[in-house]
Formats: sequence, structure tokens, C-alpha cells
Amino acid sequence: MEILLQQIVNGLVQGSVYALVALGYTMVYGILGLINFAHGEVVMIGAMIALTVLQTLLAAAVAPVLAVVLSLLAAMAVCMALGYSIERIAYRPLRNAPRLAPLITAIGVSIVLQNLAMMIWGREYHSFPLPFNSTSHQLGGAIVNDVQIAIVAVALLIMSALMWLVQRTRMGRAMRAVAENPAAAALMGVDINRVISATFMLGSALAAIAGFMVSANYGIVHYYMGFMLGLKAFTAAVLGGIGNLRGAMLGGVLLGLIESLGAGYIGDLTGGFLGSNYQDVFAFLVLIAVLILRPSGLLGEKLAERA
Amino acid sequence: MFINKSALLVALGIALAGCGKSETASNPAAASPDELVIKIGAAAPLTGPQAHIGKDNENGTRMAIDDANARGVTIGGKKARFELLSEDDQTDPKTATIVAQKLVDAKVNGVIGHLNSGTTIPASAIYFKNGIPQISPSATAVRYTAQGYKTAFRVMTNDAQQGKALGEFAAKVLGAKQIAVIDDRTAYGQGLADEFVKSAEANGAKIIVREYTTDKAVDFTAVLTSIKGKQPDLLFFGGMDPQGVPMIKQLRALGIKTQFMMGDGGYTPKLIELAGDAAEGAYASLPGVPLDNMPSGRDFAKRYEERFHQPIQLYAPYCYDAVNVMIAAMQKAGSAEPEKYLPEIGKTEIEGVTAKIAFDEKGDIKGGAVTVYQVHQGKWHAVQTMGGTPAVKP
Repeated sequence: MEILLQQIVNGLVQGSVYALVALGYTMVYGILGLINFAHGEVVMIGAMIALTVLQTLLAAAVAPVLAVVLSLLAAMAVCMALGYSIERIAYRPLRNAPRLAPLITAIGVSIVLQNLAMMIWGREYHSFPLPFNSTSHQLGGAIVNDVQIAIVAVALLIMSALMWLVQRTRMGRAMRAVAENPAAAALMGVDINRVISATFMLGSALAAIAGFMVSANYGIVHYYMGFMLGLKAFTAAVLGGIGNLRGAMLGGVLLGLIESLGAGYIGDLTGGFLGSNYQDVFAFLVLIAVLILRPSGLLGEKLAERA
Repeated sequence: MFINKSALLVALGIALAGCGKSETASNPAAASPDELVIKIGAAAPLTGPQAHIGKDNENGTRMAIDDANARGVTIGGKKARFELLSEDDQTDPKTATIVAQKLVDAKVNGVIGHLNSGTTIPASAIYFKNGIPQISPSATAVRYTAQGYKTAFRVMTNDAQQGKALGEFAAKVLGAKQIAVIDDRTAYGQGLADEFVKSAEANGAKIIVREYTTDKAVDFTAVLTSIKGKQPDLLFFGGMDPQGVPMIKQLRALGIKTQFMMGDGGYTPKLIELAGDAAEGAYASLPGVPLDNMPSGRDFAKRYEERFHQPIQLYAPYCYDAVNVMIAAMQKAGSAEPEKYLPEIGKTEIEGVTAKIAFDEKGDIKGGAVTVYQVHQGKWHAVQTMGGTPAVKP
């Protein structure tokens, strides 16, 4: 029982991160019908910027709380600029091109960012300097530490704020209008380019927060870290129904749980025939299963209109 | 029309750049006919999660080559100038074969590499087919030298020797009865874990969990939680430090107090730097005797740090020795032609930085030692050296 509870806690923490990253995929898809495969790399750049700023501030003996907040804000600012530039340079010129073209530039951007990060921050793993001790707590037999609690709390907070933004604000209404029908929205006076840029910046800011949280949780940062995380988050977005914000959150948390429980129990269930190395496989099995059984995802609507 | 023009310009540019390059490369050699240019190929991951270890290998090889050029080596009466051709195999077996072919096509006289067993083994077939001598500084899988390739050598104790020592250490010295084993399913990780299991069981321990991961994973909370329920005395991980770090951190974060042990892939300063307090008490091994105990080990470490402004990660001294074995064989044969000096490698004996280096008939190092280390107050400390003959004191 204790073990099961621990696995669920593990899954929720991991799932919260997936959910935050998945939101970036899903927002862009919802509006442009485009999979931004460079999104995982934006997460990585966010983590790297946070790392550098945090290191510098801590070396300058800035108060720990202030250092964390400032590094997070710096990461968000840089990622927003990056998200804006990616859209402006790699996607906007191809907006009316066949669908394969922006997909290929997306992968191109992803490789460029990876190599850029390798050149700037080097090839090695960096230690992420969290300035306070993350105390562990007993939670009915499961152990959870401060960082993990913060991850889930921050994820919940941000997701609610995003829902509010999309449902209740002017910008949110514009975003929904563009997602529904860009041409009609433009005729109604919505500045499509502005809305799309804003979407990219918003998604990238979330990615920066996710990058910070993953780094704080694992304690290490690496230029390669965005790749698998991006793929998993993409899977989560598809699982929940790509284009649907609630779906991204649900998909993220579900995927975290599936991975955690799957990897934790598959060894025992199959008598050691399959091992926990299938942890990554679960995500992709889920992806395949969703694409076959319910291509629109759990909460998604029909995709056919935009295809 | 526009595209054609620019494509033409690009092609022209490439052609010009190519010309310039080949001129500078071949001119000095042509200028002095008495000089023998010897190309040493090196292959290791220079990108990807293990790039820091691969770069360390390249540094070790480069240092040996620069030293040889500085002291002036004559081979067959000609002054030799060594050149390094470094390639990135990305830890990927498929890329490794491409890189190997590239080095063969570049007519290298010998290869130092690759870093991982998973890349060394497929690449070794290509070097063998083309008769290029290969000395791996760090591939420890038994299969590498068991293939019967007369071109394949290594200057490091293999997994059978290392796994045997680790299993014995775990069961006898640490008294572990119930052991959990995880490996990363690479030729190295799996091979080492298999040998460890064999040896631990032979010494009376019981393997209660056998789990697997990959060499890209960073989240192990699920498998560690499942292991927690089985309460082993010791967790052995067959893999490299990029996985070792998050694994040991998550192990301790989950409140699991079991002992933690890795092979040579875990014996890095990086492991302690990144895992911090969680690394305290962890064990890892390194083939050979501790660098500090070698006659020229400290001096080598000092020179390395001065030159590259970072501590040795792992295998740099082994790369250094591998190059020197190759050079010694070339001098003995009086030629850098692969087919002429290859037979001499097996017979060469040198006092390396890491140990006294001599090969058995398979190409494995003779009498390799294994040392077990433990993290104590943020530093690796040698606990026990097992097997083999330690380096000869001067």
C-alpha cells in the first residue's frame, strides 16, 4: 500500500511537469494546427537560463528567495523572446505552406537550439543549485519533498490562471476566435499575428517554468534534457486531445501516473520478463493506442475540419 | 534562377574551402620528405549525455600525441609527426560504424577508441576488415576481445575481471545478502551487471531484483519505489554517471537507505559534484590501481589539469597509455604501416601511467587490477585493490 501510494505521488509530480509542457504544445496546435516540436528545447533553454542566473545571483550573495524568483523571471523572459522569434522566423513564413514544411522547420529549430545550448553551456551535466534544503515529508507512508509539493502546487496554480486567461480575458477570447476560424477572426478585427505571437510567448513562459521545476526536481541540467521531455509532453497533449487545454492537463497527469505505475509494477507482473526500462515505452504505447482508438484524444473534438 | 545562383556560390565556396584545407594539410608533409606523418584516429561521444567523458578521452589522446611530438619520436630512421583525427560516435553503435569507416578512409595508422563497449564492438569489425590496429581505452565488455580480431586491444580490465571483483566485494566485504541490480541495457552496463550477478551469487548473495533502464533515462522513481518494497542490502547499477546521479539522488530522496554501488562508469568527480550529499557512502570501481598510487599518476593528473583546466573525468590516462603502446610498437617495428607494426603491439610492454601494460593472446591487458572506491566527505577514497599486479614502482 505504501509502495502504491509512493508510485502515485511519483506519477503526480512527473505528470504535473508533463502537463505544463503539454499546454505549450496544445495552445500552439489549437491556434495554428501546427506541432511545435521545438517546444521541448524551449524548456531546456529555460532551465539553462535559470541555471546561469541562479548561479550568478547566488555567487553575488543575493537572498535565496529573491534569487529563485529573479532566475525564474529571467528564464521566462528569455523563453518568451525565444518563442516569439521561433514563430516569427521559422513558422510565420510557412503559414500557408503544405503542412510538412513547418513540421520540418520545427525539427530544424529543435536541433539548432540543442546545438546552440551545447556551444553555450557545454556538453556536461550541470548541477542545479537550489539555495534551500528540500525537506522530505511523510505522507501516509509515501515520501514527498518540498520541491515536489511546489511542483504540483505551481502547476495547478498556473493551469487555473491559464484557464482564466483563455476564458475570461480579451486576449483569451481573441485566441479562441483565431483557433475557431482564423479568416473569420481576422474579418472581425482580430490581429491574428499578434494573437499567435502571444500564444507562442505564453506557451514558452510555461515551458520556462516547467524547465525550472524539472531541474529543481532532478538537480541536474543538460542541453539534451528537452528532447525526451518534449516527446512525452506531446504524447500527453495527444492523449488528452490536442488543442484542448483541459485535455493537456488531464493527459499530462494521466501519462505521469501510467508511466510511474507501469514501470513500477511491470517487473513484478511479468515475473521479471519485462522491466522498468519500458518506462519510456509506455508513453509511446499510449500515443499509438490513442491514435488508433481515439485519434481526437480523451477530451478532444474532431480534428477533421482543419485537416 | 536565384536559387541556382546561390547554390552555385555555396558549392564554389565549399570547393574553395576544401582546396585551402587540403593544401595546408599536405604541404608540410610534402615539404620535408624525411618527416613521417602518422594519423592517430580517436573516436568517442563528443555530443550527447556522455560527451564530457568522451571529451576527456580526446584530451588524453591529444596529450599523448602532443607529448610525443614534443619529445620527437623517430620511427624507422624518420622523424615522426603525429596527427589527431578525432571523431564523434555519439554513443551510437550505428554512428560508430560510420565513424570507423571514415577513419579507415582517412587512412589512419591506428585508432584509440571507442569509449563505450556498445560502439567499440561494431566498429572493431570495420577496423579488423581493413587491418587497422585499434586500442580501446575503456570498452570493458568481454565480447570485444573475444571476437578473435587480431586488431583489437584494450588497456583496461574487462567486465569479467571487474564484475567478479565487485561481486566478491559486495558479498564478502560489505556482507550484502539481498541485492538489487539495475543496468542500462548497453553492452557495457548489461555485461558488467551480468558478471557482477554471477560473482555475487557465487559468493553467497541472493539477487532479489533484476531491473533495467536505458542510457538516456533520468527518472527512476518508479523502479526505485518498487525496489524499496523489497528492502535489499545493496543496489548495484551497471551504467554511466548521467544515470547514476539522478538514480542515487532519487534513491536517497525516497528514503531508501540501501548501499549503492556502480562500476567504473560511476567513478567520476562529476558524480559527487552533481549528486552532492546523496553520493556519500556510494561505491564505484575503476580498473587498475588508484591514480595516486601510480608512479606517474599524480604528475599526469597535474599536467592534465594545467593543460585542460578541469580534473580528469575518467579514462584520459588510459587513452594516454593506449597511444604510447601504439607508438612503442611502431618504433619496434620501425614502421607506422598498420600491417608492419600490428604484430608488435601484442608483444609490446610499457610502463604506462595507469599500470604496466602488456597484452594476453586475446588483446586483453595482462593481470589487470580493480580498485573499489567509496565517497567519503565529498571525495572518492580507495577502499581496496583486488586482483592483478599493481604498477611496478620505479
